[in-house]
Amino acid sequence: MPLYTQVEPPEGYSAPGFFATTLDQVVGLARKNSIWPLPFATSCCGIEFMATMGANYDLGRFGSERLSFSPRQADLLMVMGTIAKKMGPIVHQVYEQMAEPRWVIAVGACASSGGIFDTYSVLQGIDKVVPVDVYVPGCPPRPEQIIDGFMKIQELVGNESLRRRYSPEYRALLGKYGIK
Amino acid sequence: MTDKIYLPADYVPVLIQSLVAFGFVAVTMFATHFISSKRKRIRTLRKDENFECGIDIQGNARFPFSVKYFLVAILFVLFDVEIIFFYPWAINFLEMGWFEFFEMLMFIALFLFGFYYILAKGALEWNKDE
Repeated sequence: MPLYTQVEPPEGYSAPGFFATTLDQVVGLARKNSIWPLPFATSCCGIEFMATMGANYDLGRFGSERLSFSPRQADLLMVMGTIAKKMGPIVHQVYEQMAEPRWVIAVGACASSGGIFDTYSVLQGIDKVVPVDVYVPGCPPRPEQIIDGFMKIQELVGNESLRRRYSPEYRALLGKYGIK
Repeated sequence: MTDKIYLPADYVPVLIQSLVAFGFVAVTMFATHFISSKRKRIRTLRKDENFECGIDIQGNARFPFSVKYFLVAILFVLFDVEIIFFYPWAINFLEMGWFEFFEMLMFIALFLFGFYYILAKGALEWNKDE
């Protein structure tokens, strides 16, 4: 039986007494297993997230039992629920105040695309205001789906180059969302 | 007690201690600029804002407010401190004689005079229109 309290070592060169790998992978390994999510729950997907944090599903197994309600300490913005157009600037500012590196997961149909609320008052997907890394479909998605999306985020975090956030491409991406 | 004459040389450790303290601050202030990364991350005005709730700040916390609040607070502190002086006096009341009793009466009289002054000046008339 695998030991759940340990993580797989990254690819590298090992011999008796030492292990050599790249800094990117070590930092990625540390980051992906200690993500602090900022829950931005506005409706029913937030209720599913409560179940995800609860004992049965236990997001703490992935190193994320510590939710951060301050964007400055958070690594992952979890937008769960319908984002009305009035709420759009608030999501945007919370994202902007998060420290780099930061990731965003859109949980549920509403956050991803507006869902059933195809109306004048609802933002048709949060990717209109912030760059999104992973979309979780469902209305609302089950905790298993949220965890699946979270593991996709972990994959992204683990494989990200340390230089990505300084690159002109990343700057251009943020510039598209008005963050300069 | 022996009469020891302190020479300026006896204070050299204090001087060294202060030099080390100031030196540490100065060195770290300069060193951080050399240690930290040359690559700069995006820093915006909104990112540096005090509040984290996502809602734009309305107004300023530092605005003038009525002087009445200040008066009430200061007068409260004044008479509150007076009460504090009563406690040790009350605890030792049985061992004390008439002298201490009249001393406390004098103390209270002083404060009562202050209270009369406050009333006479109209500091507690809050609803009066100027």
